[in-house]
Amino acid sequence: MTVWRVAFVLAALLILAGMAVSIDLQPRSFIILATTTSARDSGLLDYLVPYFQPDTGIGVRYTAVGTGQALDLGSRGDADVVLVHAPSAELAFMAAGQGLCRSPVMMNQFVVVGPNQSDPAGILGLTNATIAFERIRTTHSPFISRGDNSGTNIIEKTIWSWVGYTPSTTNDTWYKESGQGMAATLDIASQLVAYTLSDDGTFLVHSANLDLRIDVQHDPALRNFYSVIPVNPSVHPSIFVAGALRFAKWLTSERGQSLIGNYTAGGVRPFQPDGQDLCP
Amino acid sequence: MSAAPLSLEGIHKSFGTKPVLRGLDAEVQAGEIFSIVGPSGAGKTTALRLLDLLDSPDAGRITFHGKSYPIRSPESLAQRRRMVLVMQNPTVFRATAFENVAYGLWLRGVPDAELRGRVFAGLDFVGLLEAAKESAEKLSGGEQQRIAFARAAVLNPEILLLDEFTANLDPFNVRLLEQSILRYRHETGCTVVIVTHNLFQAKRLADRVALLLDGRFVEVAPAADFFEHPVRPETRAFLSGEMAY
Amino acid sequence: MTDFSEILQIVGLSILVSGTSTLIGSVVGVPLGVLVALRKFRGRNFVRTVAFTFYGFPPVLAGLLVFLILSRGGPLGFLGFLFTPIGMILAQSVIVMPIVMGITISAMMTVEKRLHDTSLALGANERQWRTTALHDARVGVFTAVMVGFGRAISEVGTVLIVGGNIRGQTRVLTTAIVLEISQAHYLEATIFGIILFVIAFAVFAFLQRLQAKGVV
Repeated sequence: MTVWRVAFVLAALLILAGMAVSIDLQPRSFIILATTTSARDSGLLDYLVPYFQPDTGIGVRYTAVGTGQALDLGSRGDADVVLVHAPSAELAFMAAGQGLCRSPVMMNQFVVVGPNQSDPAGILGLTNATIAFERIRTTHSPFISRGDNSGTNIIEKTIWSWVGYTPSTTNDTWYKESGQGMAATLDIASQLVAYTLSDDGTFLVHSANLDLRIDVQHDPALRNFYSVIPVNPSVHPSIFVAGALRFAKWLTSERGQSLIGNYTAGGVRPFQPDGQDLCP
Repeated sequence: MSAAPLSLEGIHKSFGTKPVLRGLDAEVQAGEIFSIVGPSGAGKTTALRLLDLLDSPDAGRITFHGKSYPIRSPESLAQRRRMVLVMQNPTVFRATAFENVAYGLWLRGVPDAELRGRVFAGLDFVGLLEAAKESAEKLSGGEQQRIAFARAAVLNPEILLLDEFTANLDPFNVRLLEQSILRYRHETGCTVVIVTHNLFQAKRLADRVALLLDGRFVEVAPAADFFEHPVRPETRAFLSGEMAY
Repeated sequence: MTDFSEILQIVGLSILVSGTSTLIGSVVGVPLGVLVALRKFRGRNFVRTVAFTFYGFPPVLAGLLVFLILSRGGPLGFLGFLFTPIGMILAQSVIVMPIVMGITISAMMTVEKRLHDTSLALGANERQWRTTALHDARVGVFTAVMVGFGRAISEVGTVLIVGGNIRGQTRVLTTAIVLEISQAHYLEATIFGIILFVIAFAVFAFLQRLQAKGVV
């Protein structure tokens, strides 16, 4: 039964190795950030983290999930700090006492994008998404929805409610749901020569590979605000609150704000700094 | 130690509601070849499994030199190790011929040097010395059964139980195995119980023959009497082939 | 997008996590499978059915379960294993264990049918018989371990939920593929996919060589 003894020793060694890579015996030197896929997919976080780390000596491990799950990870105490863009859900999170403080960080905007070569709904150059959606509906132009209850999907539904019409995949052949993330949805829209709603950051980062262009932008109703919220340590004692606060303050500091403002993707600056330090 | 090495007293055994053995009585004498014959389904294999203490009877006693052993007791393991049952179909372990023959010795903790000597002697006995290092599964059916016999023989059992041990084999291997049995009994004086449906085989090997019919021994007699002067009408019918098996 | 050292780190973590969970799953699953196959006890058939059912246990569900257990609010939250390789190993072990156990049970039952009486007739006690059966079923048990590893390394549901796909920490090949696809980086996704395939192929080829050489 030497085989089993060897297997046991190997297992023990591998487990120890696993622990070695995942456990820091000292008080944690990194924060766990729960954020939305758009912050990752736009490339912003991979750009910011390498500045934050040397500035503060604190590492960042971020997991990018849906807005709802990001806030949930915070309210479970699994994340130290969240960076999201869903004002109403954020307010509920704060009201439940889950957040320590909430600081605005930046904004971008949602844009309606459509095929490069054609514009069947005739919406190019509009600055009102509601009118654009109305035209898409009346012309039955193909439209791809995220269909995943993400922040973007919720905004899209809100616009349809302003139109006064709820499209459904069963009744409207021109309306399709991708059920996937923003980048994948943009790719699908490009392939199917369709319109879709996107945040401008993700679109600009990926635009080189897409046969799409921005048709509608600068609609004040479509501004998208990001906030940073350190999780409340009195609810979750295991939170690395010093690191979380440091991250929130750094993002809203002059340094963080100028980095955000200077972030360039696809030749444009998708995020507009809008920071204000509201944390103690 | 005056009692017979193996005796059955009123053995009953049923599977579910179906009675298989309905009162077996017999005494097997030391050093004899005792053959149980009978049609298929008469309960021959069941009887042999009971004799090897692999299963326990519903009623009755199996004694060895007058002592009985409750199944699964440490004493029954010790008694089980004083005998060997060779099954009908050759079942070899997924290992070399050598390792197969060494199996029982290994179970008994026989020291390595002695084990090697006995295994090679056993392989030689059945004419498979050259096959020692070969994978037992790759041998022919006859060779596998010879391995199975050697595997049993190297244990120097007091009692050897053989269940249709030449069924489905070619004449060459049947002859070789039968000669091995006779030679082995001659050399060791071991007691042998052979279950077979082959009357010619019983005639060639047995000292005494028992006919098992419907769960009972209808006639137990020395081989010569059994085949030449059967007493019971059932035996005469069976011998004359009127009873299909 | 992803440089070479990062790819190496992702590959290394994939092998570490899947390998360790396969080992844990096997060290637990094989003996359990042997016992369930060979020991006679009440409810044995039920346990077998459960083990076979877990063959088709959706990894995402296992991931969710382990997530809820390891989450700060969960019973083992104090360990802080969520979003760490250890958490991923635990989650994958939950998936691997029943697979290894189930295939082991099948292999052992075949052997039991064939050899149980033979082994006992040659003088084995219950313990010796179990050892014999395990030895005779080694090819089947080996297959069980291989299938377990194959499932672990190609699995994405649990490592995504429990690991969080954190760059440099818990990103493995499968979650990297999912990420690249979600960003429509199909070329990168394909490259990761090929790496995954090559690893699986190399591991299986190596194990098959061992088997052919008669090591197992």
